[in-house]
Amino acid sequence: MQTLDMASTELREVNSTLQSQKADTNQRTWEIINPKGSHAIACGLDGPIEVTVRGSTGYYCAGMNKEATVNIDGSAGPGVAENMMSGKVIIEGDASQYAGATGHGGLLVIKGNASSRCGISMKGIDIVVHGNIGHMSAFMAQSGNLVVLGDAGDALGDSCYEARFFVRGKVKSLGADCEEKEMRPEHIEILKDLLERSGADAKPEEFTRYGSARTLYNFDVDNASAY
Amino acid sequence: MCGIVGLFLKDKALEPKLGSMLTDMLVTMTDRGPDSAGIAIYGSDVDSKVKLTIQSDNPDIDFENLDKDLSNATNAQVTLSTKDTHAVLEISHTRINDVRTALTELRPNVRIMSTGDIIEIYKEVGLPKDVAERFDIASMSGTHGIGHTRMATESAITTMGAHPFSTGSDQCLVHNGSLSNHNSLRRKLKREGMTFETENDTEVGAAYLSHKMQNGSNLGEALESSLEDLDGFFTFVVGTKDGFGVVRDPIACKPAVMAETDQYVAFGSEYRALVNLPGIEDAKVWEPEPATVYFWSH
Repeated sequence: MQTLDMASTELREVNSTLQSQKADTNQRTWEIINPKGSHAIACGLDGPIEVTVRGSTGYYCAGMNKEATVNIDGSAGPGVAENMMSGKVIIEGDASQYAGATGHGGLLVIKGNASSRCGISMKGIDIVVHGNIGHMSAFMAQSGNLVVLGDAGDALGDSCYEARFFVRGKVKSLGADCEEKEMRPEHIEILKDLLERSGADAKPEEFTRYGSARTLYNFDVDNASAY
Repeated sequence: MCGIVGLFLKDKALEPKLGSMLTDMLVTMTDRGPDSAGIAIYGSDVDSKVKLTIQSDNPDIDFENLDKDLSNATNAQVTLSTKDTHAVLEISHTRINDVRTALTELRPNVRIMSTGDIIEIYKEVGLPKDVAERFDIASMSGTHGIGHTRMATESAITTMGAHPFSTGSDQCLVHNGSLSNHNSLRRKLKREGMTFETENDTEVGAAYLSHKMQNGSNLGEALESSLEDLDGFFTFVVGTKDGFGVVRDPIACKPAVMAETDQYVAFGSEYRALVNLPGIEDAKVWEPEPATVYFWSH
């Protein structure tokens, strides 16, 4: 395992070292020590490496991730795994606001709680939160799956498009144009796979599915006079 | 942006280190706001004396013989200790009003930063490191303290526009965010007899809480009602003589992290501010919930 010590190595050097590990690299396992809540750790990774951050991180950890697996052995600040393309980001603790925002792909696992705006504008990412999520989560979510083993805060899925939300606990309130939906066999299959891959101890049958009522983003001829 | 730090000590053994711990936390938050910085320290209670922290842009002239001049004018016993542009006057409770009146007459350019039994506020334009050094904050002891580094958005970068704001005895407030109904609220509070030094939105927030507490609310109740009456973005950290409170608006986009151990309760705009605190590895660390009041008291 290669070790990068942030007490003695600049953030830019840490990130450029990790970013230069491409598909053919032999150095596949990395750890980052002394992160001390720094911003933008392990951003823009572009190869099949595994990075473990030993401690809590600040803003935008593991942003734009592609192919890499990033483990955060602590809690993550705002915007963790923002705009992730593929790969996996696993947070042992809690995540602050807008975790997984605008993510296009890959899997984000938060073993604690996520705060507000989790999965805002998600575009294909899968997010599994073992605890609760805060208000305005999945606002304008376009595609992908958001799985919550605990409860969801106010205005879940406000103005959402075709993303799916699975919540096991209570939902404080649904956002505009978000509604409860029937859980069909294909949803059970999707959920089973996500729960397995994220190490979550829950049964798919315990969840309720929510999604778009599709009244907000489809043109309704009755509204023609408003334009 | 703005950066906030706060520390409320439970363990008396840490009290001599309050200033140095708080300075370290605030310097870490420097890149959240480079315009001005300030720290409120709740120190020791001097028997039946009131502390008046004052500021002058010409301290050499204004503070020279100020204690003697005030004593001569009021016959009250006044002690003066100066620190750069600030000075602390200690006056007996019974004579404070006379001394304040005399101060306004004798030194019209001197500004009052805070008044109270234990609070001292030091704030100036500049980076946290420089401001903390000017006032030797690191050597100060106390039971709790609050620091702020400002990125000005809605009023001028001046000493008086820096945080913390104090609008009541031993009370202070720091703010990350911006209030949108501060003009109408300021007018309302002025009619109720509150006075204002600046056009700043945060000062209105501070005066609002002071006004509530003057009318019988405790800190928790005052913060609770602020959620109803204040419009805009805010993460507030508030200090009183024996209390320390935190509240975030319902949207909660201004960041906040808290940590609690047997020794202290700590607040930081980011986790970075807390990483050097003793025992942080085993502390309970959490993000304060939106529209939820947190407060501790000694």
